[in-house]
Amino acid sequence: MHKLVPVFAALLILASTQGQAELQIQITEGVDKALPIAVVPFGWQGSGTGAPLDVASVVAADLARSGRFDPLDRKDMLQRPTTGTEVDFGDWRTQRTDVLIIGRVVQSGPDQFEIQFQVFDVLRGEQLLGYRQPATAADFRRSCHRVADLIYEELTGIRGVFSTRIAYVTVSRNQGQGQVTSNYRLVVADADGQNVRIMVESRQPIMSPAWSPDGRKIAYVSFEANRSEIYVQDLRSGSRKRVSARPGVNGAPAWSPDGQRLAVSLSRQDGNLDIYTLDLATQVLTRLTSGSAIDTEPTWSLDGQQIYFTSDAAGGPQVYRVAADGGSAKRVTFEGSYNARPRMAPDGKKLAVVHNDRGNYRIALVDLARSTTQVLSDGRLDESPSFAPNGEMLIYATREGTRGVLGTVSINGRIKTRIPDLDGDVREPAWSPFADD
Amino acid sequence: MTKFKTIAALLIVTLVTACSGPSKSTVDEGAGGATGTAGAAASGVGEGGTGAGGAMGGATGGSALGGPGASQENRIIYFGYDEFAVKPEYDVILQAHSKYLSANPAARVRLEGHADERGSREYNIGLGEKRAQSVRNVLLLQGAVSDQIATVSFGEERPAVIGSDDEAWSLNRRVEIVYAQ
Repeated sequence: MHKLVPVFAALLILASTQGQAELQIQITEGVDKALPIAVVPFGWQGSGTGAPLDVASVVAADLARSGRFDPLDRKDMLQRPTTGTEVDFGDWRTQRTDVLIIGRVVQSGPDQFEIQFQVFDVLRGEQLLGYRQPATAADFRRSCHRVADLIYEELTGIRGVFSTRIAYVTVSRNQGQGQVTSNYRLVVADADGQNVRIMVESRQPIMSPAWSPDGRKIAYVSFEANRSEIYVQDLRSGSRKRVSARPGVNGAPAWSPDGQRLAVSLSRQDGNLDIYTLDLATQVLTRLTSGSAIDTEPTWSLDGQQIYFTSDAAGGPQVYRVAADGGSAKRVTFEGSYNARPRMAPDGKKLAVVHNDRGNYRIALVDLARSTTQVLSDGRLDESPSFAPNGEMLIYATREGTRGVLGTVSINGRIKTRIPDLDGDVREPAWSPFADD
Repeated sequence: MTKFKTIAALLIVTLVTACSGPSKSTVDEGAGGATGTAGAAASGVGEGGTGAGGAMGGATGGSALGGPGASQENRIIYFGYDEFAVKPEYDVILQAHSKYLSANPAARVRLEGHADERGSREYNIGLGEKRAQSVRNVLLLQGAVSDQIATVSFGEERPAVIGSDDEAWSLNRRVEIVYAQ
């Protein structure tokens, strides 16, 4: 932040401060008052037809999607410099561009590239950041997202999430010979919805994907045996292990922060859903709740000492908290008749929940210290909120007509986007942690 | 509140068990009167004693109400929003199923609990399981043996009807009684 010009700095501070009505940015309704930037098409130094991907277009799309930046249209650019010496700041000032990003892709081997880029403060005419990001053809898109992450962090002071991933479940229904068959898929994609990989495919429901803290595994519920069972699947190898197939419901897996245990909801013989922890190495099961209420949807506190979960002990679903080694549960949510499926924010201070807002199911934030509830989404059947690992945004499931789609919303509720072009009826998004690989 | 619901369900079951004799015989005559929608299925059975519903589809006597030969509408129990207590209008159907199960010790049923699409998915798994357990408890109280009954919850994952209105939701909040082949 220290390198930014005063006007720019003030704008960013406003953007991150709640209660500033003049900064209403809704990507779904067009960008307003986002920071004007220009991402010039990158140059190419290498053999053959050019870089594997158009770096500038991926980076500009990422920055635009954050809602904080408004990239200049390419056709309006008066110049297209690819090196610092070619830049004429006067032209960019005339176009009211505050930040200029230029670069080039240099091929250093048959499948070795370097994305070199520079970020300039146009008003001051000085460089804010210069960086070389190595890449291969196979991970080129990911490398472009890393470039966007670095730029985002330089300009906002907040770590970018463009190179993270999302997992979600899709369903496609086929009608044939009077029979409707469904096809469920567990999918992993880049955070922008591109680069789709199908992890599991089944005729029976797949539910509740949950990333391990190291981002290498996903736990989920599968009905492939015509009943609920919990699996853990390795993303790289694709190999998987069934970790819970006890009688009754096996549901709602949530990884402990150290990745050693899963909190789960089991009904076992007595038919009551209760919260347990399952040690993945020893298979030791520890019961945390009991009684006739539906106890499900656990999520861990950052220190792994507490588990928040949904319970209908008071009639309707509300969020409760219990110590991870057992004890009595304490009610956490009190506002409204329906607060379910809590997810802990990366700062440990807030929960995202599904909240009944005058008959509509919406995503809300519960401030744990103040016990206040803030509704963020505006759909009728919104569900499954999941925090971006930098805590700035939530991804959630919403509807477009009868079809399930994914949306994002900033934690102040002002920036909303849709993840476009996903196939099928989409639900249950889960945002990956930061990955260092 | 939850405990209250459970007690209420038990009370209803007890009351119905107490007067099961006459209501069963009268409803048998009108069993076929139920039609395809949830509301009609419920009221059709409930009003069966009045003889308003005519016999349909060849369903006759006890076999139409309980057991593997029961018609589709006599194998589905519908529930209120966020509720898992079995409504009294299903007592007759469930008595017929219990009667079949206790008369046929080798018979096995699977109770598949479902929820409507509203709210969170794993909580809806919980609701579906509670609904299946409610139906199971009624069957056990009326003479079925626990070994005969398995339960599973699909939550909102396998809707009977695709749609986001009151009618679709009411048709999706259900327990399906499935006999093993």
